[in-house]
Amino acid sequence: MYPFTYHRPDSVSAAAKLAGDAEAKVMAGGMTLLPTMKQRLASPGAIVDLNGVSGLSGVTVAGGKVTIGAMTRHADVHTSAELRKAIPALADLAGWIGDPMVRHRGTIGGSVANNDPAADYPAACMALGATIVTDRREIAAEDFFTGLFDTALEQGELITKIVFPVPQKAAYQKFRNPASRYAIVGVFVAQTSAGVRVAVTGAGESGVFRVKSFEDALSKDFSAKAIEAIKLPTDGLNSDIHADAVYRAHLINVMARRAVDAAK
Amino acid sequence: MATVSMSVNGKLVSRDIDPRTLLVDFLREHLRLTGTHVGCDTTQCGCCTVHVDGKAMKSCTLLAIGLEGAQITTIEGLAKGQELHPMQAAFREHHGLQCGFCTPGMIMAAVDMVNRKGNHLDDQTIREELEGNICRCTGYHNIVKAIHSGAEAMGAAK
Repeated sequence: MYPFTYHRPDSVSAAAKLAGDAEAKVMAGGMTLLPTMKQRLASPGAIVDLNGVSGLSGVTVAGGKVTIGAMTRHADVHTSAELRKAIPALADLAGWIGDPMVRHRGTIGGSVANNDPAADYPAACMALGATIVTDRREIAAEDFFTGLFDTALEQGELITKIVFPVPQKAAYQKFRNPASRYAIVGVFVAQTSAGVRVAVTGAGESGVFRVKSFEDALSKDFSAKAIEAIKLPTDGLNSDIHADAVYRAHLINVMARRAVDAAK
Repeated sequence: MATVSMSVNGKLVSRDIDPRTLLVDFLREHLRLTGTHVGCDTTQCGCCTVHVDGKAMKSCTLLAIGLEGAQITTIEGLAKGQELHPMQAAFREHHGLQCGFCTPGMIMAAVDMVNRKGNHLDDQTIREELEGNICRCTGYHNIVKAIHSGAEAMGAAK
């Protein structure tokens, strides 16, 4: 990797100030950033390491909401007993990211900020109607994920926590790439008091998206049968060596039905 | 250059390093602890697995400079003098290796697995937990056997 200046601030405000520099990149777990820098696909002039900032980790459940600190590691999301009671689907999802070593270091905030089109958390945020809280504002998941590796975050804006409303039932089903463990297709289904929400990762050319036709059908009848016959258009779906758009469209339906069956 | 200090296998070390230095290079090049291997260098194979503050991580994907004050354990830190750690002994007993390149990472991952999942591991758990460690020789059968037996032995040694 190319040389950079290393900063290890100890507060959110100091980190935000350093990250305001257009040359700077913020590092949470570094599980994506460091490999990208090693391949010289990224060459930031400065790294702002958030691992010295305290108070950004932990899972709390209160008032029908789960709040997860941005620096909470995937392993800690996966093993949180409180989260498993409140939103088991989210605890399960965290256990399917990468491998045990990656889960010990990678963070929910880093994953959400990176918005990899095949990452898992964006699907959970969209389906559960999460709010992304930053050092300066609150952003609805709907407005946060703006495209491939693109988010509503401004230069220097830091995610501090993510707030998930507790659904009545939810499940995430992931068809994994056997080598990378990223989702070829991942579908998060959530039944909430305001209706059913279905979000898909891994399949879309512009990242995570919701499936309105599934949501309407499932809001009327929350059963796998309700969506079995719905054919999805292949417009905007990825085609690559792992799966073409037709296969991905098919997988979205299969994974959505499995998620409905598994929802709890 | 910047100075970083951390504890490696119980010994406090301090070095002036380029901020780009990965933990695995810090261990191998600066401390000459060459038991930790670089396999893929892309966070996939797990040969570089070490314990950072008691948790298994891939040292090819950590900046050494970011680990000020951390407690690192490498494969060199497991044995007590001439006496192998029970997991090391189990890999030898069950021949859980052929070329041996992935073995340090396998053993560090296995010890971490036992720390999290306990001493009685079934084959499916072991295989799922090993998804971040790649072996190109053995076909994994003897590795799974070794971890199963090493986990039990770690329980008995307590």
